[in-house]
Amino acid sequence: MSRWTDTVFILVVVIDFFALASSRLGAAIRAVAAQGALLSLLPVLLATGEHQTAHVVALALGALLVKGIAIPLMMGWAIREAAVRREVEPIVGFVPSMVLGAVGVALAFAFSGGLPLPTPEKHPLLVPTSLATVWTGLLLVVSRRKAVAQVLGFLVLENGVFVFGVLLSDFMPVMVEAGVLLDLFAAVFVMGIVMFHINREFASLDTAKLSALKD
Amino acid sequence: MLLSAIQLLLFLSLPPFLLGVINRVKARVAGRTGQPLLQPYFDLWRLLHKGAVYSTTTTWVFRAGPVVGLAAVATAGLLLSFGGAPAMLSFSGDFVLFAYLLGLARFFTALAALDTGSAFEGMGAAREVSFASLAEPALFLCLVVLARATGALSLSQMLGEGLGSAWSTSGPALLLTALALFVVALAENARIPVDDPNTHLELTMIHEVMVLDHSGPDFAFILYGAALKLFLFGALVVRLALGFHFDSPWAALLAFLGGMLVFAVVVGTVESVMARLRLSRVPQMLVGASVLSVFALVLLLR
Repeated sequence: MSRWTDTVFILVVVIDFFALASSRLGAAIRAVAAQGALLSLLPVLLATGEHQTAHVVALALGALLVKGIAIPLMMGWAIREAAVRREVEPIVGFVPSMVLGAVGVALAFAFSGGLPLPTPEKHPLLVPTSLATVWTGLLLVVSRRKAVAQVLGFLVLENGVFVFGVLLSDFMPVMVEAGVLLDLFAAVFVMGIVMFHINREFASLDTAKLSALKD
Repeated sequence: MLLSAIQLLLFLSLPPFLLGVINRVKARVAGRTGQPLLQPYFDLWRLLHKGAVYSTTTTWVFRAGPVVGLAAVATAGLLLSFGGAPAMLSFSGDFVLFAYLLGLARFFTALAALDTGSAFEGMGAAREVSFASLAEPALFLCLVVLARATGALSLSQMLGEGLGSAWSTSGPALLLTALALFVVALAENARIPVDDPNTHLELTMIHEVMVLDHSGPDFAFILYGAALKLFLFGALVVRLALGFHFDSPWAALLAFLGGMLVFAVVVGTVESVMARLRLSRVPQMLVGASVLSVFALVLLLR
């Protein structure tokens, strides 16, 4: 069981690297979808058995539906509808962002041991994976030019938060988790509308054009 | 002793066959019959019986290039054990020598290319060296991961008995390393996502362009050296991926040869299904390989 959990955590970090390196939006969306689907396995793999099974299964299914299926489909629909160019066009190049990502991962693994946690640690790789994924998401949000790629970065960031949430899932009632997933869904929905407006105003999704606004 | 001799013999005789298998796989995937499996041997034999032509602008460096290249790669082969028998040469820290023997071969190939005075070959040398400067850190990181995982500092111990227990304690890290090593193997041997060994189109050539001026036996040495190098990298990947320890040395040898066959088929398949990467994307792939091995190292250091 532990081997599988290890593998899931490591794959999540490898997908982080892939999201930083991939230059095509479609591939990046599929990678983030795969990451979301992998994350939905975590509550099941890490279940301690002392809590109701329905809770764990509901959490896993909710994450799979929202992160693995619904949001990627919406993103795919968005790039088709807005007819954006399929390349990512980063502000920070692919090689520097990969190196930054690697530095972040190394730091996350180095310092996560020193973090005081309110609950007993469920798995030694959980906290570093979560921190590394949050860092990757942050990098993607600030270093990409296209609104779609920034939304992807937000999703990766949220995936990192979700991993951390699994740590606390014994204490969290189902309603709170459902609320978090709904929030995420709403946030992506709102971003979709914003993207639509940016696209209609400037005939492109390049957010750099927003800073040229004058009143 | 007998096993060591057989191992050396296999290392010296099999590499062109490996190329033959790769070519056959590519031909089959493309729906062709393909050249005979032993065609690389025929090519070498034919080239060895031809005379060599030397341009008057070249110096001894040009003639030394192929010889030093082949000698360095063959010496590097002595450091690696392929099956059950121990490697011919083994001492603490020999993986550094291994990496730099390959570096020496590349250095002399590039020098020989520059010695012709052709701008075209100079360009090829520049490309080869700039990609190698990214592939070498990745190779070293992979070797460091191996050294850390097994606690040994010589190649034959790193890929020997300690590896089995390392796979059971830190399997995912070693898997990442094997993947990174495979990417490095493709890049170092100028296989498809990096360079196309078949083209003679100046825009895409990296390795082929450096050896355009060599002819006859010199060219045979270069082709043979390239085959040996592919075999060496394949052996690294296969030994790492096989992992577990065999009781009988003959079983180990057989498993190794089977693994090499699988390696050739995988390389052939990769070459059939992938297009060559744009030149600017190649460094990205190599940095990606380095990042994977850094991550493996981080996992091990925890």
